[in-house]
Amino acid sequence: MKIHEADARGIFAGYGLPVPPSKMITKAGDAKAAAEQLGCPVVVKAQVLVGGRGKAGGVKLASTPEEAVEKAEAILGLDIKGLTVEKVLVAKAVDIDKEFYVGMIFDRGSRRPMMMVSPAGGVDIEEVARTTPEKILKLPVNPEGGLMPFQVRRLASFLSSDKAVAKQIGKALKGLYDAFMGSDASLAEINPLVEDPDGKVWAIDAKINLDDNALFRHPEIAEMRDDASEDQGEVTAREADLSFVKLDGRIGCIVNGAGLAMATMDMIKHFGGEPANFLDIGGSSSPEKVLSAIKIILRDENVKSILINIFGGITRCDDVANGLIVAKEKLGLDIPLVVRLTGTNEVEAKEILASTEMIAALDMEDAVKKAIEAAG
Amino acid sequence: MSILVDKNTKLIVQGITGRDGGFHASQMVAYGTNVVGGVTPGKGGQKTEDGVPVFDSMADAVAATGANTSVIYVPAAFAADAICEASDAGCKLVVCISEGLPVRDMVKVLPFITERGTRLIGPNSPGIISPGRSKVGIMPGDIHAEGNVGVVSRSGTLTYEIVYHLTQNGLGQSTCIGIGGDPIVGTNLLDTMELFAADDETDAVVLIGEIGGNDEELAAEMIKNSYPKKVGVFIAGHSAPPGKRMGHAGAIVSGGTGTAAEKVAAFAAVGVEVADTPAQIVDIMKRLI
Repeated sequence: MKIHEADARGIFAGYGLPVPPSKMITKAGDAKAAAEQLGCPVVVKAQVLVGGRGKAGGVKLASTPEEAVEKAEAILGLDIKGLTVEKVLVAKAVDIDKEFYVGMIFDRGSRRPMMMVSPAGGVDIEEVARTTPEKILKLPVNPEGGLMPFQVRRLASFLSSDKAVAKQIGKALKGLYDAFMGSDASLAEINPLVEDPDGKVWAIDAKINLDDNALFRHPEIAEMRDDASEDQGEVTAREADLSFVKLDGRIGCIVNGAGLAMATMDMIKHFGGEPANFLDIGGSSSPEKVLSAIKIILRDENVKSILINIFGGITRCDDVANGLIVAKEKLGLDIPLVVRLTGTNEVEAKEILASTEMIAALDMEDAVKKAIEAAG
Repeated sequence: MSILVDKNTKLIVQGITGRDGGFHASQMVAYGTNVVGGVTPGKGGQKTEDGVPVFDSMADAVAATGANTSVIYVPAAFAADAICEASDAGCKLVVCISEGLPVRDMVKVLPFITERGTRLIGPNSPGIISPGRSKVGIMPGDIHAEGNVGVVSRSGTLTYEIVYHLTQNGLGQSTCIGIGGDPIVGTNLLDTMELFAADDETDAVVLIGEIGGNDEELAAEMIKNSYPKKVGVFIAGHSAPPGKRMGHAGAIVSGGTGTAAEKVAAFAAVGVEVADTPAQIVDIMKRLI
């Protein structure tokens, strides 16, 4: 789960990171009071859950409260990568002397939490990794002992040779590690962490992605979810316990299992079609889940046919077949359904579907070809 | 020989009185797996319909049965503890079927069990099967056949799809293992490739990869540096958009890396054939063997 910068700043501040004070507003007029209270200059920042806000004109500096209102007016309502800006953050601006990148992830290779730092901050870190990998220092951390003081010293001195600055950076790194582990994040980064002309260190941006599987133990963080900034089909799918990603094609897909669902989309492309979505109904399916899945797919007007590809294991084919019958009755489906059911209770499923006009497929390849043909 | 599970596997089912654990314990017994016990705290002393004794703890279960392997079907919030309990009781192999474990739990579990000499498969794994010998997991047993092809995969049903094609075309399997779809798993692709490399009964390996991480690239590197078995590959996720988690927590293209195209290119560069469709893997394996 992604959260807004404003919420990430709040979490970081709670772990003692040097975050400049800020205020979230939704009306441009409120920028004046915010700027007056914080003290100018301020930076006005669009709160949308995508990167590249600065390039899209979503981050602007204001030197007076009046200017803050103008900038907020310009940013509110802006379209950034398909998302409309509805909230802006007004934050006390910091003069920047040096910019650093500091981040935490879980490293698949070492199977440990890993800290990454770079003196080339303020830019896309993936770009730094591609072009100048020597400017990034990565250190895996043993979660038993936590981030060790010697690691902190090594990381901090990689960023600054000034002892007083390195000490502040070190403190920020410890805070970052604790915030990452403490909030069950999958990513926590500050880009940039900056040094001002007085040699003071500030975290002027904040990004935290949470591990969805751990939200159950962080109800206060779970509440930070912003449904409005996500695809509504994806929100509905999550509520129905389905895994769904919207795409741009014409063939809706309902599959059990993530790997098979990806392979089904790939095969649609391989044979010249375009999938409309990724949808995994999961292991223990029920007729209700199938109904929810079809409803979600039908929200998309581009969909011209629906392909159901089930390899039954825990998933019972007759459950899926019953769900399709219910969907047909309740939703009055008039677009073609191509159905491939193999595995547990396949025979029962085929009997259930025999009298319908759904298109039966012999195997996955046959199903994909028929779904492409049916989509026209 | 096969790898990891065989006729010597003595299995405890953790969460055996739950819906999934109970159902799959019966399925495993029916397949011929030597299920020697189950564990559900507070329900010790019972017996399942198949006559499998239930214990309160892994320590009790291992002491009473001499079990060497455990399979876990408990809810995600309790799964990390269940893994550690099995390891602490002396199980050298733990297979975690449960999905949805927080990654932070996993990174804490791994040093604990490594210290005790335990190998973990999963979490979020469909399990392991050595056809005709032992099935530890949730895969449908009847689609498999005994043979000499090893299968390693990051997913469940896609593996069934591919195994189904292999079996239909006379290519039986030594062992099929689903390592799990999470970003951090106990045994990864490379670990499994090493196990197959050392197995006399495995002549060739089918590697089923997907987007996310760089395990497949590392596997390609391993093959380049000398790998004693033939390898055929299928990669899922060519049509996945960047930055979106495709069901599996680990299946995500981030920062432009972990794409299917990169993985295919890595294998192509070391002369390993990659199938375009699941069915095509059969032709590749027939050519290789």
